[in-house]
Amino acid sequence: MPIEIKMPAISPDFDAGNISSWDIAVGEKVAKGDVLVAIETDKAVIEVEAESAGTLGQILIPAGTDDVPVHSLIGYLLIGNETIADLPSAKVSGQAAATPAVLNGNPQSSSTALVTSAPATTPTQQLSEKQPQRLFASPLARRIADQNQVDLQTLNGRGPRGRILRADVEHAMSSKVPNVALALPSTPQSSQVKHSQIRKVIAQRLVESKQNIPHFYLSLDCEIDSLKGMLKELNANAPASLNSMTGNKEATYKLTINDFLVKAVAKAMEQVPQVNSSWSDTAMLHHEDIDISVAVSTDAGLITPIVFKANTKGLVSISSEIRQLAATARKGQLQAHQYQGGGFTISNLGMYGIDNFSAIINPPQACILAVGAGKQKPVVKDGQLAVATLMNLTLSADHRVVDGAVGAQFLSVLKRFVESPAHLML
Amino acid sequence: MKSFDLVVVGGGPGGYVAAIRGAQLGMSVAVVEADELGGVCLNWGCIPTKALLKSAELIDKIKQADKYGITVNDYNFDLSKMVQRSRQVADNLNKGIGHLLKKNKISIIYGAAKLLGGGKLAITSATGSKSAEAKELQAKHIIIATGATPRAIPGLEPDGKFIWSARDAMTPKHMPKSLLVMGAGAIGMEFASFYNSLGVKVTVVEALNHVLPVEDEEISNFAAKAFTKRGIAIKLDTRVLKVERHKGGLKVHLNSGNSPADAHDELEVECMISAVGVLGNTHSLGLENTAIELENSFIKVDQWQATHEANVYAIGDVAGAPCLAHKASHEGMICVEKINGIDHVHPLNKDLIPGCTYGSPQVASVGLTENKALAAGHTLKVGRFPLSASGMAIASGDTEGLIKTVFDADTGELLGAHLIGADVTELIQGFVVAKNMETTEQELMDTVFAHPSISEAMHESVLDAYSRAIHI
Repeated sequence: MPIEIKMPAISPDFDAGNISSWDIAVGEKVAKGDVLVAIETDKAVIEVEAESAGTLGQILIPAGTDDVPVHSLIGYLLIGNETIADLPSAKVSGQAAATPAVLNGNPQSSSTALVTSAPATTPTQQLSEKQPQRLFASPLARRIADQNQVDLQTLNGRGPRGRILRADVEHAMSSKVPNVALALPSTPQSSQVKHSQIRKVIAQRLVESKQNIPHFYLSLDCEIDSLKGMLKELNANAPASLNSMTGNKEATYKLTINDFLVKAVAKAMEQVPQVNSSWSDTAMLHHEDIDISVAVSTDAGLITPIVFKANTKGLVSISSEIRQLAATARKGQLQAHQYQGGGFTISNLGMYGIDNFSAIINPPQACILAVGAGKQKPVVKDGQLAVATLMNLTLSADHRVVDGAVGAQFLSVLKRFVESPAHLML
Repeated sequence: MKSFDLVVVGGGPGGYVAAIRGAQLGMSVAVVEADELGGVCLNWGCIPTKALLKSAELIDKIKQADKYGITVNDYNFDLSKMVQRSRQVADNLNKGIGHLLKKNKISIIYGAAKLLGGGKLAITSATGSKSAEAKELQAKHIIIATGATPRAIPGLEPDGKFIWSARDAMTPKHMPKSLLVMGAGAIGMEFASFYNSLGVKVTVVEALNHVLPVEDEEISNFAAKAFTKRGIAIKLDTRVLKVERHKGGLKVHLNSGNSPADAHDELEVECMISAVGVLGNTHSLGLENTAIELENSFIKVDQWQATHEANVYAIGDVAGAPCLAHKASHEGMICVEKINGIDHVHPLNKDLIPGCTYGSPQVASVGLTENKALAAGHTLKVGRFPLSASGMAIASGDTEGLIKTVFDADTGELLGAHLIGADVTELIQGFVVAKNMETTEQELMDTVFAHPSISEAMHESVLDAYSRAIHI
């Protein structure tokens, strides 16, 4: 019996994904564990592997299809000496109509009708292709959206069970920002790039954050000369090991200011635990674990993999963990549990020479730290002009959760750790 | 002092529904009722008048029996039995409300409530009803659902004999020979229709230039013709100047807007009914102890029924027009759900409240009239289908009627539906559901209507709006 290939349930809140690519063609052989298909979720690309060796018998939902619901049948894998004739869709294609059993992908059809038609034209396939497109919107909302070039996919319905109503479309039309661009597709200077799932989620979450969270900002400069000295010393003394890939001897670690900041922030959160909280409509959620999200820029957009329990980890393990997470993120291969959650985000644009910036909070977290570049600047010390390396830290905080004084206390603890790293030992 | 999560003042269709919804959501609830559960609607309005109109409908049918091949040699009716049946119906339903409240573990407290501020209420025994069970209550939330009372015009105060209130009109002691109905709104026209069917000489005077003035003009005109054909005299643009009482009845002085200011008519009638609007029941509620504000006797509320006083809400007639039982009930549910933070509670869209007038013929509508839709700037597509072209209506012998639909030409939104004819008060709900679901003409056209049925005329009216009607 052919094996059903279904849209996997990647995480609990994942209900539909985009089929990014089929890695093998129909008729091609695969070994157990070979990648069959790549699924793009809101934050990553997940690869679905073959459960057993076989031949890809049929692709029901082609690459490039968006919003395919979890558990939808997307293809069949033939095992043993099964052929295309063993596919359930093929078995019934000689019958007048597709039966419900076939729509459910149940291959145990009792039909023994001989089959000659190619599976690509069976009614089963056509029906299956249409299923994932279901979107709940009132007829009037659909028509007004259509008339005004509003993409219903980008809207959040406020009707029962998220049904999109006329008011939602009109709201989107009045807020203009996303739709004006869509309404003017023929402007010669602009080209259309369809939103990826990641881009849509980023857009939605940022708007939600800025609209719903009362942000306030605290900013200070830290002298990082002694921190830089410490990191230099640690890195210089890093033991070397053989890189099996290159055959070269390489240092086992190279600690960066960012690695240090993850540790320092986690330690500061231990001292000011209010920062490690989330607002909910009914209660304040205080988190026990200190999990730090690190913003990583990828081609597809921003993603924030997490260093869990960062307060309990040493600098070297934090460093290697961040390196691995960033690499996985850039390949689009992060697992949902690697980026969902976290109690605090660090976003560092220092490598671009940015002096300072204010970041948008990553809900449900209450704070995000924006880190600028370390630059030599004149400072006044004991009435004398001197040169120091200054780095700006700007904290964006959710005022519902963190009051000004609490945020300031957190930032001053953090500054102490950054300016005299020895305090981390205490 | 007993305390509750929710105290509802008034056990009418707004109050008891709000109370039950509150109980369903786990609140401890009390209803304070000064008179009878079910309010005016159940005891002295919607329900008993429908019972009377059913009797009138039967008389009308008997009069037409010959048309259906039935010979009725003689028939008679007993007004007191009709009234008795009407009272029995009200009584049954009233008991039903009591059971529903008990089933939902809601305390029923008979008495008049007075707000003391800070969530406190004083209960005093209402005259002639059961003694108050509690002197003072404490409530986290208070919903005022005290309803409204017919507006009394100075000099025309009901005396129960010559000048009737609506209550007198539904419990007549005798059949008057002639009757003047002041006000051609839903209540006035229902009484006019009832007494006309019983053979009373009925005259309706209306200050505005249409009967059922809130309805679509085309439907109003259709109704005026239908009522006139049945023998009701209708005087539009006419006001009652004064009424002189004498032994045999009333001499009514009328002033018609069409004649010079000093010109006036006189009319001799035995009785008259005043049905010229209602006033909110807010007296002796203790509103002076709160921040609640009034507007034309009605309590000012926001879209969630909240008053200017924290944790005090008002629903139904006392919170303003339209004074309809189903509007009150819905406001009650919305209010209680909002208090409990239920997801997806939406403020009531008044364009989605159907309005029905019973009698013969019936009138029912939802949404914008053609004129209001034009005034709102819509470009329209209007469909009409006469019941005289409906197979089912012809088979039933009820061919007098019209189904009118009003669409926005650009979006296809169903802006309004206006119906007149037999039983259209049941048909209207199809359009109300459609409108609530935000359907366009396309879904209505794509809907399969059963044949034969009067509702096919709904389909045809929609098709007609797009010049696609089949049967006309």
